[in-house]
Amino acid sequence: MNALRKYFDKIKPNFEEGGKLHAFRSLYDGFETFAFVPNTTARRGGTHVHDAIDSKRIMSLVVIALVPALLFGMYNVGYQNALAAGQLEQATFWGMFFFGFLAVLPKLIVSYVVGLGIEFTVAQWKNEEIQEGFLVSGIIIPMIVPVNTPLWMLAIAVAFSVIFAKEIFGGTGMNIFNVALITRAFLFFSYPSSMTGDDTVWVAQDAICGLGYAVPDTFSAATPLGELAAGVAVPTTSLCDQIIGFIPGSIGETSVIAIALGAILLLWTGVASWKTMLSVFVGGAVTAMLFDAVLPSINDNGDLVNVAAHIPWYQHIVLGGFCFGAVFMATDPVTSARTEGGKWIYGFLIGFVAVTVRVLNPGYPEGMMLAILLMNLFAPLIDYCFVSRNISKRAKRATK
Amino acid sequence: MATFARIFAKPLFIFVFYMANVIKLRKGLDVNLKGKANLETMQTKVAGQFALVPDDFYGMKPKVVVKEGDKVKVGDALFVDKNHPEVKFVSPVSGTVALVERGERRKVMSVRVDADGKQEAVSFNEKDPLKLLLESGLFGFFRQRPYDVVANPEDKPKAIFVSAFNSMPLAAEFEYVLKGQEKEWQAGLSLLAKIAKVNLGISSKQKAPALTAAKDCTITVFDGPAPAGNVGVQINNVDPINKGEIVWTLGAEEVIFVGRLVLTGKVDLTRTIAIAGSEVKAPKYAKLLIGQTLNTVLNGQIDESKSLRIISGNPMVGLQVEKNGFIGAHATEVTVIPNGDDVYEMLGWIAPRFKEFSTSRSYFSWLRPKKTEYALDARIKGGERHMIMSGEYDKVFPMDIYAGYLVKAIIAGDIDRQEALGIYEVAPEDFAIAEFVDSSKLELQRIVREGLDILRKENA
Repeated sequence: MNALRKYFDKIKPNFEEGGKLHAFRSLYDGFETFAFVPNTTARRGGTHVHDAIDSKRIMSLVVIALVPALLFGMYNVGYQNALAAGQLEQATFWGMFFFGFLAVLPKLIVSYVVGLGIEFTVAQWKNEEIQEGFLVSGIIIPMIVPVNTPLWMLAIAVAFSVIFAKEIFGGTGMNIFNVALITRAFLFFSYPSSMTGDDTVWVAQDAICGLGYAVPDTFSAATPLGELAAGVAVPTTSLCDQIIGFIPGSIGETSVIAIALGAILLLWTGVASWKTMLSVFVGGAVTAMLFDAVLPSINDNGDLVNVAAHIPWYQHIVLGGFCFGAVFMATDPVTSARTEGGKWIYGFLIGFVAVTVRVLNPGYPEGMMLAILLMNLFAPLIDYCFVSRNISKRAKRATK
Repeated sequence: MATFARIFAKPLFIFVFYMANVIKLRKGLDVNLKGKANLETMQTKVAGQFALVPDDFYGMKPKVVVKEGDKVKVGDALFVDKNHPEVKFVSPVSGTVALVERGERRKVMSVRVDADGKQEAVSFNEKDPLKLLLESGLFGFFRQRPYDVVANPEDKPKAIFVSAFNSMPLAAEFEYVLKGQEKEWQAGLSLLAKIAKVNLGISSKQKAPALTAAKDCTITVFDGPAPAGNVGVQINNVDPINKGEIVWTLGAEEVIFVGRLVLTGKVDLTRTIAIAGSEVKAPKYAKLLIGQTLNTVLNGQIDESKSLRIISGNPMVGLQVEKNGFIGAHATEVTVIPNGDDVYEMLGWIAPRFKEFSTSRSYFSWLRPKKTEYALDARIKGGERHMIMSGEYDKVFPMDIYAGYLVKAIIAGDIDRQEALGIYEVAPEDFAIAEFVDSSKLELQRIVREGLDILRKENA
């Protein structure tokens, strides 16, 4: 510890005003505060003591909460590959995991290198400290894309969203839209064929470094929601697999159990709002039940219609990005509603819109991304209503 | 039936009496800091140099009315408010003016008086209560809401609020300070009642009859964690301030100053202040005068080889001072905590850090018993960020105000919105606990102070 401290103290002058490495000052700051709690003391007047919590710790907790889903996602990538190649019998646990690890790692690296690169540059340019927000976005991004997303697309999407969804608004804490979801939306609308459909996006196709298997060209696998949108009434995967996560889907969002582990950590530490999280689930469940009761399941010709409306409500919650979105993205404190009452409405409407998109729009099998982005837009309006109530109460009191 | 009534009448009366005036506050946070003052009082001698600091009387422009070498008595004005020369700020001691200390652009930093130890005092026998307070310099201790500045004697306040307890960590216990001064306390309250309606806020833990049965005032009992003792919180919960209204506030011990003046006709600015904090060897109370040097009470009490932070006030709302500095005019305690600028904690974002206190369950202070005392240092423990988490402030802000939105309006400089969100009701100190818990480490008290200053200028 002392050696490291001494090293930091030794190289510090280089980064200060006039030092030859001054251009990398924010990089130095970033590493120094990463290694040691900053020892800046409070001002002369004001609060002299402080709670030990800071945004670094909060963001780290979210990253830790995401790890189970990420690890499971890696394993599932290998599992789906072996399943598609018909080699599940021969595949070992570690073989599948490392295959998935090798498939996911480059995305993780691209996401962090591009995103943090931009963050560091902006911090340096604006003469600010590096903000930790991208630590979370950077791990979420590879988890919400299909495994076969090309790296160059990912790099462009990350760069776009960090610059245009975050930095131009003023950085972490000032953005209107969830950065990770903007990345996904960018990919979704710019390269739709690589992001969705029942063709080859969801299952890794080729062996990597001798691990995994080459999948026959004729193979295609759809996500359960993709199947529903295509009119298949009963998904080919079992509910059990859907809960554990052995289904094709975006890398990190298939396993309800792994996501639940993260949810427990976030709720226990109070980092995520239980109000938002709960109300997303309630909103989704209620909406699913309503559609199930209201929409006809057979049309006049006797064909099955509205199949997405007639799966049980809990399946709506289990499938697709619902859980992942509810736990990790709807609860993003910056882009969600900030008033306590607003959180209930905000969450409920996310669940409502997500299921509505799934059921009513055949073009989009999944609606979670659009639901959260839409509600990101409306969150300030919801808060406005609650804050206005307080304002008018005060105004009334004055005229009494 | 009659017996029944007789048995239960008294308790029932007491019950109803209390219930009518008890306000339970759920929001807030008590931080249990190490080094609470023991309930014993050390006597000090009136000797050496004393200083009256204009900055302690916030919002006033000082005009010095003495020259170096002038002889002054207790109660002689040292400086007055330039805009309201009738508001005087008087010497706590008799002696010789030693120095008018000036800083940048000739700003008056302090007026120093060498005490002669005789404590000769001017006699005041004004009959009009307000005039008496003005003449004797005690009016200078009154503060007003909005803006949390020295009060203006031309205003007609709708009420005077006094809080008889300070809920901040390490703060002096007024119930102990009050002991033996009950008569002065009541006399002070009674005089205030002649100026405006007096609202007294007491804590549910306070049992002294001088508080629970104080006369000439409306008593409200507050039950809840810090900042329940803040007079601003009490105003907001009892009778919130509307635009155009003015409320005066006075510190509880300053009511005793008024009482002494009423009973003796003389000014006596003796306080019983707590000397507390984890770095004080034997924390206890000390009887001394405002403006006295801290050396009087800190010599031999602290380890000067360590990097320490001496605070005139408590660690939540206080001003850092030097050891050879002076006790502030409004300070009810002096606290000493480690400064922490020599501490390097490794990998704080992930380490368990068992010694730290946090409201977040990502630390382990929630596992430790409630009575665990923490020796916190003055580090901010994180970098300043934009407001990220939501609802953090509201959890510790027991007022009907959206604290986070108000702070944002102040940062944005949107005056209309600040008014609409209730800036007239707050003072910087009300944000102290919010500043403590803030994970974005914003300097809320400074932000609010600057917001109030700008608003005051705009409305002037």
